[in-house]
Amino acid sequence: MIRSITQLKPAEEIEQLLDGMGRVFIIGCGTCVTMTRTGGLPEVEAMKDELSEKGKVITGTTVVPVACDNLTGEILKELQSMIKQADALLIMTCAYGVQTIARQINKIVIPALNTLFIGKETGASEFNEVCSQCGTCIIGETGGICPVTACHKGLVNGPCGGTNNGKCEIDSNKDCAWTMIYNRLSELGRLDLMRNYQKPRNHLGEPSPGKFMIPT
Amino acid sequence: MPSAFKKALDSGKFVVTCEAAPSKGTNLEKMTHHIELLKDKVDAMNVTDHQSSVMRFPSLGGALLVKELGGEPILQMTCRDRNRMALQADLMFASSRGVHNVLCLTGDSVMLGDHKEAKPVFDLDSSQLLAAVRTMEKGRDMSGNELDGGVRFCAGAIVTPEADPIEPQLIKFEKKLEAGAEFIQTQAVYDMDNFKKFMEYARQFPVKILAGIILLTSAPMARFMNKNVAGVTVPQDLIDEMKSAPKGGALNKGIEIAGRMVRQIKEENICDGVHIMAIGKEEKVVDIMEAAGLL
Ligand code: SF4
Ligand code: SF4
Repeated sequence: MIRSITQLKPAEEIEQLLDGMGRVFIIGCGTCVTMTRTGGLPEVEAMKDELSEKGKVITGTTVVPVACDNLTGEILKELQSMIKQADALLIMTCAYGVQTIARQINKIVIPALNTLFIGKETGASEFNEVCSQCGTCIIGETGGICPVTACHKGLVNGPCGGTNNGKCEIDSNKDCAWTMIYNRLSELGRLDLMRNYQKPRNHLGEPSPGKFMIPT
Repeated sequence: MPSAFKKALDSGKFVVTCEAAPSKGTNLEKMTHHIELLKDKVDAMNVTDHQSSVMRFPSLGGALLVKELGGEPILQMTCRDRNRMALQADLMFASSRGVHNVLCLTGDSVMLGDHKEAKPVFDLDSSQLLAAVRTMEKGRDMSGNELDGGVRFCAGAIVTPEADPIEPQLIKFEKKLEAGAEFIQTQAVYDMDNFKKFMEYARQFPVKILAGIILLTSAPMARFMNKNVAGVTVPQDLIDEMKSAPKGGALNKGIEIAGRMVRQIKEENICDGVHIMAIGKEEKVVDIMEAAGLL
């Protein structure tokens, strides 16, 4: 299962974004942000209390089932009267949800969360970024571990000099991708793959912004 | 025509390099002083490239300064701040201005420096940068387009002989050699027995190896490196020796230790030379060389 991993923005930033907007409608989501406890029902309630204390009028709140689904617009239509009264929508979903809502409701949207990465559930309560959708997948030569993402510098030819006890130079809680790749390939008896020189990466996989049409 | 540094490497003499650290700002007095003090004593001076990801005067500017003052620069180039276009352009510029030695590095994480919010580039890695140098020497850019005038470099890289785990590091080391590294400057080594073991392995390759020597300035500094610098281990007996120095004498003790290590490397012919890093105390390189019997 993959999840959108989010983090609450600092209170001062939210306050600044809501400056001059006295009436706020708050939207959470029942999927990823409920699981990560950043935008589910309890968090929406807490935000409501916090903003009320700061003098905002909360015209209403809701937690939609899947904010990034196009049906969200339909669901919000039923809450139109409360949404209409608001100066802004404070949205406690990932940026996919925020954008889905922005496309469907003609109202200024304020994200309350930062969207960090698309996380793969790798253990109980643990998510890791394992792919950054680079468009030119190279994990056929790295034992199925993505160095573009799992290595802090996206190195494709082996570790940098900063690797320490198998951890990354930026954080002793993060595994060094190249220690993981080395171990995996060593187990598979395929260290020859790591010895292959990898050309500079092709950044032209899908020029940003990506777009796709299902072939008819 | 090979660079003066390349000639020194090929001559079989014991090669000594040191660092010239560009200033934070445009006042180049201190750097100029260090260059003038050292240029005739060492075979080449590395000019660091925003070392530890701290923004400074550029390495290319510093390398030109070394050149102007009559020294032999080794241009350090990291992949942290420039994509392949900018790196190739700077290689051409350097070569056109007589800077013919380059040390190809991946570069530290931006997060470790003083512009933490900057965009990290890492379009290339150190082995790809080495390969790019070799491609450009053949008169082509990385896309295969012909260059009107190529480049010429003695190109090198680094290795961390005490990395943990060591195996992935050695695979990378061999890839750097295959990509065209002619010389290697190592991360600091303190344990000579460990380093000798590394050299037994490294000797099988036709590459010149300069052992990294970092001047110890105090016992806490040594402990700090053990804790915070990846792949650097100062053994306890050296820390104890630093501690045994009389009050105010730690720096002299560090010079004595560094000089002793350089002397041992030379006398036992452990590798081809040394790269002395006296971080922030470049003028002490002269004292280290004297202590080692090199001057
Ligand atoms: S190389 Fe990594 S980032 Fe690119 S598609 Fe494959 S897994 Fe994803
Ligand atoms: S320590 Fe490992 S994961 Fe971190 S940047 Fe270096 S090679 Fe990549």
